Amino acid sequence: MTGLLVAVPALLPLLAAGVSLLVSRVRHAQRVVSGVALGAVLVDAAVLLVVVDANGTVVLRLGGYPPPAGITLVADRLSALMVLVSAVVTIAVLLYALGQRVADHGPTVTTSFHPVYLVLSAGVMLAYLTGDLFTLFVAFELMLTASYVLITRGVTADRVRAAMTYVITGLTSTLLFITLIALVYAATGTVNFADLGEKLADVDPGMRGALSLLFLTVIGIKAAIVPLHFWLPDSYPTAPAPVTAVFAGLLTKVGVYALIRVQTAVFAHHDVWHVLLVAALVTMLLGALGAVAQDDVNRMLSFLLVSHIGYMLFGLGLFSKAGLTGAILYALHHITVQAGLFLVLGLVARHTGATSLRRMPGGVARQRPLLATLFAIGAVNLAGLPPLSGFLAKVTLLRGGAASDDELGVVLAGAAVVVSFVTLYALARVWVIAFWGGAREGDADAERSDAELSPVMTTACTLLIGAGVAMAAFAGPLSAVADRAATHVLDVTSYRSAVLGGQR
Amino acid sequence: MPINTTLVVALAVIYSAGFYLLMQRSLMRVLLGIVLVGHGANLFLQAAGGPAGEPATAGTPIGAVSDPLPQAMALTAIVITFAVTVLLLALAYRSSVLLNDDEVRDDVEDRRIRQAPESEDEPASVISLREDGQ
Amino acid sequence: MVRPMASSSDRDVPQGPEDRDTPRQPWLLAVAEQPPLRRSVVLEVTARAVFPTVLLLSVHLLFAGHYALGGGFAGGLVAGLAFVLRYVVAGSAELSSAVRIRPLALTGAGLGLTTVVALLPAAFGAPVLASGSLTLHPPWGTEITLSSNLALDVGVYLLVLGAVLDLLRTLGAGVHASEGEEE
Repeated sequence: MTGLLVAVPALLPLLAAGVSLLVSRVRHAQRVVSGVALGAVLVDAAVLLVVVDANGTVVLRLGGYPPPAGITLVADRLSALMVLVSAVVTIAVLLYALGQRVADHGPTVTTSFHPVYLVLSAGVMLAYLTGDLFTLFVAFELMLTASYVLITRGVTADRVRAAMTYVITGLTSTLLFITLIALVYAATGTVNFADLGEKLADVDPGMRGALSLLFLTVIGIKAAIVPLHFWLPDSYPTAPAPVTAVFAGLLTKVGVYALIRVQTAVFAHHDVWHVLLVAALVTMLLGALGAVAQDDVNRMLSFLLVSHIGYMLFGLGLFSKAGLTGAILYALHHITVQAGLFLVLGLVARHTGATSLRRMPGGVARQRPLLATLFAIGAVNLAGLPPLSGFLAKVTLLRGGAASDDELGVVLAGAAVVVSFVTLYALARVWVIAFWGGAREGDADAERSDAELSPVMTTACTLLIGAGVAMAAFAGPLSAVADRAATHVLDVTSYRSAVLGGQR
Repeated sequence: MPINTTLVVALAVIYSAGFYLLMQRSLMRVLLGIVLVGHGANLFLQAAGGPAGEPATAGTPIGAVSDPLPQAMALTAIVITFAVTVLLLALAYRSSVLLNDDEVRDDVEDRRIRQAPESEDEPASVISLREDGQ
Repeated sequence: MVRPMASSSDRDVPQGPEDRDTPRQPWLLAVAEQPPLRRSVVLEVTARAVFPTVLLLSVHLLFAGHYALGGGFAGGLVAGLAFVLRYVVAGSAELSSAVRIRPLALTGAGLGLTTVVALLPAAFGAPVLASGSLTLHPPWGTEITLSSNLALDVGVYLLVLGAVLDLLRTLGAGVHASEGEEE
């Protein structure tokens, strides 16, 4: 029965998407379907994490075909952790989107949002659970195609422009991904991670390095690694707040997860990988500096998102247990806090009617204390001040960097501290201008200050920001699990024997 | 594995033509570029599967079968590129309705920030910018 | 939909019940909505004749798919092409009078059926997506093997058909509606 636990997060949202299309004429039905499906995924993810942590990796062979011929779904601790945190985010964003929809349009009946959103979450979950390169590609495409639809909803000229950039960049990485799969298949004749890891060991090291770099490029576009990040701050801010939140929280992190999984299980790096560390350094610095220059709060957060992808790359690039633990903790922390901040700033934008700092009327803290508290906690968390989850993740990362024998690791640890301060500065700027002080003469586009904030939307924000606090509260068990997850990810032979199992 | 030179040459031509088109401004050309590279990638998958053979259906002797896995992968990739091509077509159509052309545009916000006064990052000057910015 | 505008060419078309050559029913459901100059008799008759055949072929592909060439995807695409033919001949009005179900409902049913069939084996302790087959020996001597994969293929068939129809509806009808505004 444990096999079903692995299948549910990927298949149940797809089933719900089908049902959602069927019942789109029935009042409230779509909302119930989405809520039940994502809630079930959340419960399933929690059980999966407990089972995996107690009994080790769960492998599901689809159709009973043995790997490497058949498709396998693999859940180890890393996958289970990512699935659980992503499930929390999908539910919170769903709540927010429902609240926003009801607040804007009243309880309308039909919408294309639900089926598409469910397909997106199915793609995200499948990406975490897949055990082969081609299913990873399919999962990415499920996720990206759904995201293309979400970002092109609404017909303003600005959104069409942003969507074009987004779709074309996404497609280019898709085409490169197919090319990569063809190359890998030509070199080894398999796409299963575990099997690939064994076969690639016999392939010429130059060839292996080239494939590894091509994979880094493909994922670099999807995860917005500098210099392949240019599309992200252009396209994310134009989308509605819940869409941006789920993109920022999940899509880039799925890329980071794929990078962790493939570079360890398939390409089996053991030592510090300088290419990745340099990319991490540039990503951290350029993202943070870009954030400081921005005027639009959503663009500022998008640049911070790019910058903080660098932290996870830093942890991965060390290819040590401490570094990887830090990267995993950072990914978990960042998924919740980034999505939460986008949602909170979405509420601020609804309240003030502006996203541009120059047009912010200010004084939000006095008018909406709850909103200000949520933003303050989120901002402090993202910057990594104690005692929240960001601090925990950063300390683990810094310890990994300081412990590495490589000079670059130490340089990156220093850069990570500097970038934290820059992050804090960028967020403090928003705090000073938008939240502090009295209400200045705002020249906001639409005066919405009197509108009541939807309690559903604030609940969604509280859930995500609270998740960051909860992670800090359970820091002990969480780091222990992340530590075990990192150990297992680096222990490639146990992964291989778990997946390929009975054959040897 | 024997390498089919014709396929390799065809792939090189298709990929370079496709990526050249991808670099263009007009969305229609970009679209054609994506379709072209998509075909190239699928062809590449076929080339990766080794020499051609019989289709893998019941009754075909094992030795005569061509590798079915790349074919399955190519089929999936075709479906995906098909779906996204349709989406891009719809986008190009919407763009031509809204903006009267199908050009892929730059983000204006980038340019605006580049031209903004250098002292923008201080809250005090932001307030002054609020005045002269409007 | 654009109603045909009265033009001088209308007078050339024979009309009225007394004309023996006039078919009692139109070849296709909504073909009369097309402007007369755009109509093509050859296409209309061909579409009328070929449509059922193509649909049958698609069902054949659907059933043959397990052991021979074909399958739900190929079948669904061929069925979709049958509707594309009718769309080409008589526009989107033809399509909406031919298919009364919302295309997205078809897609939803297909997606739902596929995932249910995928998850169902887990209820019997088999791995997800496992398949079983049932061999029948009807009295007339042949052997019929029914595989549970057929249900999966039916789901894919519906999904693809729904997607093609939705594509025709949204892109086709949308583009034509705005063309009508310009004219």
